[in-house]
Amino acid sequence: MSTAPAIELKGISKAFGPVQANKDISIRVMPGTIHGIIGENGAGKSTLMSILYGFYKADSGEIFINGKKTDIPDSQAAINAGIGMVFQHFKLVQNFTVLENVVLGAEDSALLGPSLARARGELKRLAAEYELSVDPDALIDDIGVGMQQRVEILKALYRQADILILDEPTGVLTPAEADHLFRILENLRAEGKTIILITHKLREIIEITDTVSVMRRGEMTATVKTAETSPPELAELMVGRKVLLRVKKTPAQPGEKIVEVRDLNVVDDKGVHRVKGVSFDIRAGEILGIAGVAGNGQSELLEVLGGYEKATGSIRMRGEEIDLTGSRSDGQSRRRRGIAHVPEDRQREGLIMDFHAWENVAFGYHADPAYQSGMFMNNAAIREATAEKMKRFDVRPPDPNLSAKSFSGGNQQKIVLAREIERNPDLLLVGQPTRGVDIGAIEFIHQRIVELRDEGKAILLVSVELDEILGLADRIAVMFDGQIMGERLPGETDEKELGLLMAGITDTEREHSLAEVEAQLAHTSGRAGKEA
Amino acid sequence: MDFITIVQILDSTIRLAVPLLLACLAGLFSERAGIFDIGLEGKMLAAAFMSGAVAYTTGQVWIGLLAGIGASLLLSGIHGLASITFRGNQLISGVAINFLAAGLSVVIAQDWFGQGGRTPNISGDARFNGITLPGADAIESTPFIGPIYEELLSGHTIIVYIAFLTVPLTWWILFKTRFGLRLRAVGENPAAVDTAGVSVVGLRYAAVGICGILTGLAGAYLATALQAGFVKDMTAGRGFIALAALIFAKWRPWYALSACLLFGFLQAVALRFQNIDLGLVELPVQFMDALPYILTVIILAGFVGKAIPPRAGGQPYVKER
Repeated sequence: MSTAPAIELKGISKAFGPVQANKDISIRVMPGTIHGIIGENGAGKSTLMSILYGFYKADSGEIFINGKKTDIPDSQAAINAGIGMVFQHFKLVQNFTVLENVVLGAEDSALLGPSLARARGELKRLAAEYELSVDPDALIDDIGVGMQQRVEILKALYRQADILILDEPTGVLTPAEADHLFRILENLRAEGKTIILITHKLREIIEITDTVSVMRRGEMTATVKTAETSPPELAELMVGRKVLLRVKKTPAQPGEKIVEVRDLNVVDDKGVHRVKGVSFDIRAGEILGIAGVAGNGQSELLEVLGGYEKATGSIRMRGEEIDLTGSRSDGQSRRRRGIAHVPEDRQREGLIMDFHAWENVAFGYHADPAYQSGMFMNNAAIREATAEKMKRFDVRPPDPNLSAKSFSGGNQQKIVLAREIERNPDLLLVGQPTRGVDIGAIEFIHQRIVELRDEGKAILLVSVELDEILGLADRIAVMFDGQIMGERLPGETDEKELGLLMAGITDTEREHSLAEVEAQLAHTSGRAGKEA
Repeated sequence: MDFITIVQILDSTIRLAVPLLLACLAGLFSERAGIFDIGLEGKMLAAAFMSGAVAYTTGQVWIGLLAGIGASLLLSGIHGLASITFRGNQLISGVAINFLAAGLSVVIAQDWFGQGGRTPNISGDARFNGITLPGADAIESTPFIGPIYEELLSGHTIIVYIAFLTVPLTWWILFKTRFGLRLRAVGENPAAVDTAGVSVVGLRYAAVGICGILTGLAGAYLATALQAGFVKDMTAGRGFIALAALIFAKWRPWYALSACLLFGFLQAVALRFQNIDLGLVELPVQFMDALPYILTVIILAGFVGKAIPPRAGGQPYVKER
């Protein structure tokens, strides 16, 4: 074939201070293909694509679009060159309508009226063409993340993008929504559009891409045809060594009942009933996994157990009642009762990003006598303890004096885990333990959680990653709309059945069409448009 | 209380509401774009001084007005530089501008005119005079309609009419134009604007500039229309009342008009009566002065609907990694 590549990058380099994010990267993507870029967190994937979209400027290197050398100093230039990008964190104005978001920055004239009218018609056409229907008058605030992502794709198509970059698009989606997204991408490819898919999920690469490039530590280590590679090979290319993709663990040996939750109910500030009559037990030496799409009450459940959300119902630790409201219901008293908590959002709840690692390790345990020296804090002792924890948990770099924000996502998570696990809790609450964590660190974190279980601790694992739940949990409970829809054993279920439960469909025996599942999801994720 | 007293109170309500309204709309443009502006007071004061001083010196009120707007724009530029270009703390920059204006206006006035930090009285062409609307004199003696038209609607300075026309204009710009859409977006989520290929910095400077022009008008109105010349601290907290009105109005132009009229009315009542006897209790005049702030606290506490500020307000825009 003699057609010019849709995108060709030659020798792109970019440094942020002393960190070399991209080193001499070259890549060719042919038109009408889906090209995957895979790599660990911090490997430089997002930086590379941000350069292509004009969000950052490369220190050196050249960009060719459809064979023509193109300068992309800002996003406007990228848009003009026919490039659209769907960022991992959506760039939408929350209290604008879908229509206003689509039009923003691409208005036809100084007056809004005609632009909005034209966009309305255009959205209708795109919806029909690519299965991308959204209610144009819905506020972004009121629609679910799946819909919001469609708005982002529509924004790019409205600007007549021929090249679409998607950064970790499936992180927030249910399996059914992800399938729908892939159908949309296939439709776009069939129309001759070029798609770049950034992801850390090997399965997605195998499922949908034509070619795949692997990045590691700012460098492009390989570009291969997807048909000629395999997940283990890609994982090895990403990490630079052989990786265990499956968690190694023996069957659980549950002991005495550690925690007993009965009829737990949470109503939030806005009067929304977030958790509805949830009951479960966890025994010593077992991991209970809670699966579900984000926002179905799992976060609130963790917050109640962690002591910073009020609830009604009862929680017993080793048979003793725990206060769910009042002055003895806080993180401190929970910790005294042997509950440790690794929160879902480590950057907001787990760590103070501007504080040093050693300060972060003391949080929650600052009253520990070992950390005191008379009426003062014994900072030297905390530093020393932190340095040891960092060594045991393989935190890189193992320097207690660095601020939390200067560690990568995986290493931040290891700091939180080290703080909580080393307190020898009876019950460990873990929320999204590997969100934004690279494959190498995932392996380590999973092993530590299994080791803790084998020491006879009870573990409550909340994760939106089905793979993680299936691999790690000894029992799986699925939450939907604040309720537990059912419990399954990992050996006796599969992604499909769990996916249906996650969408609130309990008669999982029956064959369900994809459209039915989607309709159900659209119904539950806010004011969403009807499926075409 | 007779009819004519009520008309007179409403008339002074309008005149007292105008500086609040202009400053409030100024703040609206700035804050809708994500730049909090606690320096409205200082900019008004600087504009009041410059317009009074230049109007006196040249004898031309229009030159005075331009000088006032210039002074206010200069301070806006400083605020923009500090909070947009150098990504500094917007509150600190605003407070600094208030102090700067309060001090400099008096010092320069003393140096130029030697009258204890004020400008000499201005009159004639150096001051904005009332415009008599057509037919006002003829209709004056008609009962009811006459006083309303002659006292209330006619006889104000041009800035009063401009201020009231600014309300629908602001609404139209904000909700019906491309610029307005982008302005609102940049105050809610600047990253969305940036990735859409529009300059965040440019939009925010434009908003701060409009804010400067409107506070300039407000300040000039104080020194050359409401009163005859500049006196020390003549803004008397109006910039802060305007901010309160902005919150009260939930950052919306028509609500801003109502809020400013309400606060202007409270000021007019406080000016006219010393203490208000309600039979059982006597309200001291200080209570009337404090009422705008009390109402704002009630609004902020969420008792009367919720006032949600622009989401990116107060935060400098830094591209995230």
